[in-house]
Amino acid sequence: MAYKNYILVCGGTGCESSKSDELFKALHQQAEAQGVKNDVQIVKTGCFGFCEKGPIVKVLPQESFYVEVKPEDAKEIVAEQVVKGREVKRLLYRKGEKADSNVKIEDIEFYQKQFRVVLRNCGVINPENIDEYIAREGYTGLERALFKMKPDDIVNELKVSGLRGRGGAGFPTWLKWDLTKKAPGDVKYVVCNADEGDPGAYMNRSTIEGDPHSLIEAMIICGYTIGARQGYIYIRAEYPLAIERLKIAIRQAKEYGLLGTNILGSGFDFDLEIRLGAGAFVCGEETALLRSLEGNRGMPVPKPPFPAISGLWKKPTVINNVETYVNISVIMSKGAQWYAKIGTEKSRGTKTFALTGKIQNSGLVEVPMGTTLREIIFDIGGGIRGGKKFKGVQTGGPSGGIITAESLDQPISYESLTALGSMMGSGGMIIMDEDDCVVDIAKFYMAFCVDESCGKCAPCRIGTNQMHAILDKISKGQGTEDDLAKLEKIGKAMTKASLCMLGGSAANPTLSTLRHFREEYLEHIRDHKCRAGKCKDLVVYEIDAAKCIGCGLCARKCPVPCIAGEKKQPHVIDQARCIKCGECYKACKFGAVIKK
Amino acid sequence: MLSELERTAIRAAVERLGDRRAAAAETLAMLQRERGWVSDEALAEAAMVLGMPREELETVATAFELVFRRRVGRHVIMACDSVSCWIKGADSIVALIKERLGIGFGETSADGEFTLLPAGCLGLCEQAPAMTLDGLPYGRLDAKTLDEIFARIGEDKHGDSAH
Repeated sequence: MAYKNYILVCGGTGCESSKSDELFKALHQQAEAQGVKNDVQIVKTGCFGFCEKGPIVKVLPQESFYVEVKPEDAKEIVAEQVVKGREVKRLLYRKGEKADSNVKIEDIEFYQKQFRVVLRNCGVINPENIDEYIAREGYTGLERALFKMKPDDIVNELKVSGLRGRGGAGFPTWLKWDLTKKAPGDVKYVVCNADEGDPGAYMNRSTIEGDPHSLIEAMIICGYTIGARQGYIYIRAEYPLAIERLKIAIRQAKEYGLLGTNILGSGFDFDLEIRLGAGAFVCGEETALLRSLEGNRGMPVPKPPFPAISGLWKKPTVINNVETYVNISVIMSKGAQWYAKIGTEKSRGTKTFALTGKIQNSGLVEVPMGTTLREIIFDIGGGIRGGKKFKGVQTGGPSGGIITAESLDQPISYESLTALGSMMGSGGMIIMDEDDCVVDIAKFYMAFCVDESCGKCAPCRIGTNQMHAILDKISKGQGTEDDLAKLEKIGKAMTKASLCMLGGSAANPTLSTLRHFREEYLEHIRDHKCRAGKCKDLVVYEIDAAKCIGCGLCARKCPVPCIAGEKKQPHVIDQARCIKCGECYKACKFGAVIKK
Repeated sequence: MLSELERTAIRAAVERLGDRRAAAAETLAMLQRERGWVSDEALAEAAMVLGMPREELETVATAFELVFRRRVGRHVIMACDSVSCWIKGADSIVALIKERLGIGFGETSADGEFTLLPAGCLGLCEQAPAMTLDGLPYGRLDAKTLDEIFARIGEDKHGDSAH
């Protein structure tokens, strides 16, 4: 039976935390109450990516794109659109200030420069229904692999596609598979690294939440290619919704004969298990992850031997990131030739990024490699929040570096980001504005690395601590110019001598900010000044009694609270208790709060 | 003492994974779920079932942020202190929570209701600043949303005592 309307409700973690689940139930209730239950199908999809404006609802066939929809809006959506066939204009996404009634998804700036390969099904299908995945060419890649290709053909297909690992380092995927395939041994494993611990990154979470079968399909193909019969998805316990959707997807795949023995009658057996990580950043490092899977404390071990030769339980193992696998499902169904046309010569395909920080449209985006940072941050991301000035963007998380305004027109690729002193990383982009202090940021990242260092090797264990101590000193105005040379020296030693990439790249945020913003470091040292006002020991907030009208807004905004004063009388900040958060400064409409 | 249910769960995990030690993380997660935290006694007994020295299971447990080795309150708040939340003012949110509960990071309120812990990135960056309360995500936190969240917990508690 054909439905008159289809209502797609975003069911990603972000939108669920802003009540999309309640909205979903309310829509069902309204359809029932208004007697149109049989006219409309209401589906919970994965992430639309436009998280800034969530919860998102899309209604077909009109393609109405509704933003910031509340459970209370369900009644009107059903009454207007399903019953009367009219759009609910007030909920439509507006381009600029004008109430533009017919803004379709492709007319929204946020989507215009995007090209969705990895996220092709997110926000389109119901991730809990395997039939919807199959209807969109799902599992055709697996069918092609099992019945039309030999393992060597698949390796070659990946080679032609030019796909490189999306976990960050960009190792050619075909080579990894080929090495594992050729490695001697009867027992081999396929592992998926879904332990996305990189701060500021949630692409893998959203991908699994929105399209779990795409990951499963590629892992089966990998098993067939390298001769493995068992796969493990190592996913962090912080992602309950993604885990739930994966469980459902694995169960459905088993019911359809896509997992288990004699897959689709091919004679090939393959099974998948979900294994949970419980909050350890270093487990995202592949050797540490494999140790954790074996039941040991997740600590890296030296390479070589590489997992392709000696991985899980010392057996040859392919370990790839979620996004790498999802790309493979597409390559196998659409063909390597099609895929190789996307992107740049050395970095083929697309890349997903999570835009966070001081950006107008925070959210999940996917662009062809070769897109410039300016296009991502300003065209898609809508630029900086509140009209502030762009200062830099951190890519590659705590392993990457800051990229500044003069490099915004660089087309992104593995090579270009490395040349800029950062790295591709898994895809987190943290955007900073003029109110962010580079010393403070470097110190923050270093504190993270101190916390997450597993402690096994001295360069990382001692180096991160020493660098943090120096950065802390500088942020308090107690640094010396000599300290900057020390930071560089320790940083270089860590980069060279650490056991794994966590230590090997921990100095990058510091070294790159030193390179681009040395002047700001010197201001902290020579002038005891933090121009952004973020280094708490170097900033004092005071209230100008002459300008203060005693409205009390600052006192209400103060989280401590440490601002006191009678109504209509000048207020005073208790300096001993002030945490220098700057909320009062932001709140005051009369310019009475002064930052010194 | 481990309950029979817990022992059965560990054995089932071992059987499914085909390796005793490999079930370590799953065992810890299960104990955490059943008990709210993992005591020294529970850990020692579980290590025996898994056939590994308790010290080694201890090293697995302490590496994980989500395995609690001390008793926690009835509700656990994990406030994200990672970069995307921090850059959007997580400091003030944490200050508000500390002020409200009268506790710092790693502490439990005197009435045993709340434990406050810092969390590495929760992956809720699009909702920054964010936290989880008893494992459920809450984002776009400010003074108002915090009020609503705590008010709801208050109501639930009221509901509980009515039964």
